[in-house]
Amino acid sequence: MGYMNTMQKHHSVELIPDKCIGCTDCIKRCPTEAIRVRNSKATIDENLCIDCGVCIRVCRNHAKRAVTNGLDVINDKRFKYKVVIPAPSLYSQFLRNTSINAVLTALKRIGFDDVLEVSRAAEMVTEETVKVLKEEARLKPMISSACPAVIRLMAMRFPSLMDNIMPVAAPIDVAASAARRMAMRKGYKADEVGVFFISPCSAKATAAMYPIGMEKSDVDGVISIADVYLPLRNIMAKLDPSEYEDLCQRSFEGMGWAATGGESADARIENAIAVDGLENVIRVLEQVEDGQLDDVDFIEANACMSGCVGGPLTVVNGYVARNVLKKVRANAASIPTDRGRAVDIPKGSVNLRLTKKISAANLQRFGQDMGEAIKNMEDIEAIYAQLPHIDCGSCGAPNCNAFAEDVVLDGIPVEDCIFMMRRKVKELAEEMADLAKKMPQTMTGD
Amino acid sequence: MKLSYTVLEGEYARAGEASSAVKKVLKQLGVPAPVIRKIAIAMYEAEINMVIHANGGVVDVDILPDKVFIQLTDTGPGIPDIEMAKREGFSTASDEARDLGFGAGMGIPNMIRNSDFFNIKSEVGKGTTVEIAVNL
Repeated sequence: MGYMNTMQKHHSVELIPDKCIGCTDCIKRCPTEAIRVRNSKATIDENLCIDCGVCIRVCRNHAKRAVTNGLDVINDKRFKYKVVIPAPSLYSQFLRNTSINAVLTALKRIGFDDVLEVSRAAEMVTEETVKVLKEEARLKPMISSACPAVIRLMAMRFPSLMDNIMPVAAPIDVAASAARRMAMRKGYKADEVGVFFISPCSAKATAAMYPIGMEKSDVDGVISIADVYLPLRNIMAKLDPSEYEDLCQRSFEGMGWAATGGESADARIENAIAVDGLENVIRVLEQVEDGQLDDVDFIEANACMSGCVGGPLTVVNGYVARNVLKKVRANAASIPTDRGRAVDIPKGSVNLRLTKKISAANLQRFGQDMGEAIKNMEDIEAIYAQLPHIDCGSCGAPNCNAFAEDVVLDGIPVEDCIFMMRRKVKELAEEMADLAKKMPQTMTGD
Repeated sequence: MKLSYTVLEGEYARAGEASSAVKKVLKQLGVPAPVIRKIAIAMYEAEINMVIHANGGVVDVDILPDKVFIQLTDTGPGIPDIEMAKREGFSTASDEARDLGFGAGMGIPNMIRNSDFFNIKSEVGKGTTVEIAVNL
């Protein structure tokens, strides 16, 4: 395990050391067992973290956060033209105002020059997905590439399924690249355009900075929904409906992507599995690995319960947000079709495919070769056999098995387990008592 | 290294736990992904057969630097005609079960296809032993 407690390269989830009290809440909930408590602080192993944001959600001291840009990014002087690309989950955050144009108008008023909805890009991704499934897919099932936390999980825990990943770009990347081209058609140079993503989650924030399956992302900055929520709400409260600009791009099907099931519904894929919550995702992927789901066409997997509307950087509870999203889509669909601007994204102007193969993570934590790895594994089994198996977490590892690994692979003293320590103290005490009973020869005898 | 698991009788919901545990170990050891996939499919098929047809049993796994050896032993009813059971499409499942998608007759063929060595011994009334080896 690493011992660094500040933000790691290639990650957006970080610890705020001053707020961490070194409890065991996060270590036990982390789906990849990436956190240990060392010196009274949680430490995140950068090799294992998938930026899912579960630790942000469960920490009662709010000692975890996702590094995003914050609203100040609007003042970045490098950019002459700023386009905001909101995730559709944003619309699900306003319980009392379900008008898309209200949200988009308020977004523009915050200081952006134009808006391109990620849901519009999602519909383009859907078309491409259908095409791949019809014409190219060699493997079954194909697994959506949209949730970066799931993709990172797969790279780490399901290396044999890498070829099952849908080779289609994620909607956010398609939207970002379309947004830049849109601005360039207005006469701006590529580097004068700033593209800012409003994100429901930490994993997407990371993916924007360190892209998966492509060289470079067109996203220049990521702002969390949590950071933009209050400013937006305040502006929306003051806006009269007559002031709403008609910015909605009528991508109501694409908006469905924000909740689990929306992606396969948009693509009209009947033989699909839509799964959410990392524990469930892991179970389904296990079944794929065992060859049990070879007859399923498509798997839509979201790390968060309810899908992106339940993301760790959202404000509203995911299940409530899902209800709001339904209302947003229903209301929007009743807008006359002549309203809502169709955004012209010419076919072929943006890349809809992943350009780089996503490869499995090469961890080799257990040893450089099989011989060494098997030897270490046997040592781990031997240590584990002595442990109490109650997974108390007092040692700083999430469970006894992970602790046994830390002992063998990282040289953590086995006495860090309070039960092992107690046993050792007992043995020592017994030995001392035995010794105390022994009298020197000079003092014994009759 | 040797691992051993008990597969419980009638516990369909828990079938696959042994293969899942073995997969986890193999991944940690750094076994290449295509090899893991073969082992996962072969072992899962064998494990599930033990739950459905026999009264559960024992799975012994031996991981060596160059191969993985898996032995599944049960004390179930045994297979009367092994050559028949090895054929693709052969199944003892009823028509109703087939209508539900079970009994495609791919169990043993899948095990054979995904292993480098396969052996099955069975005696009616006594039980079945399946041996699977996959080279690393």
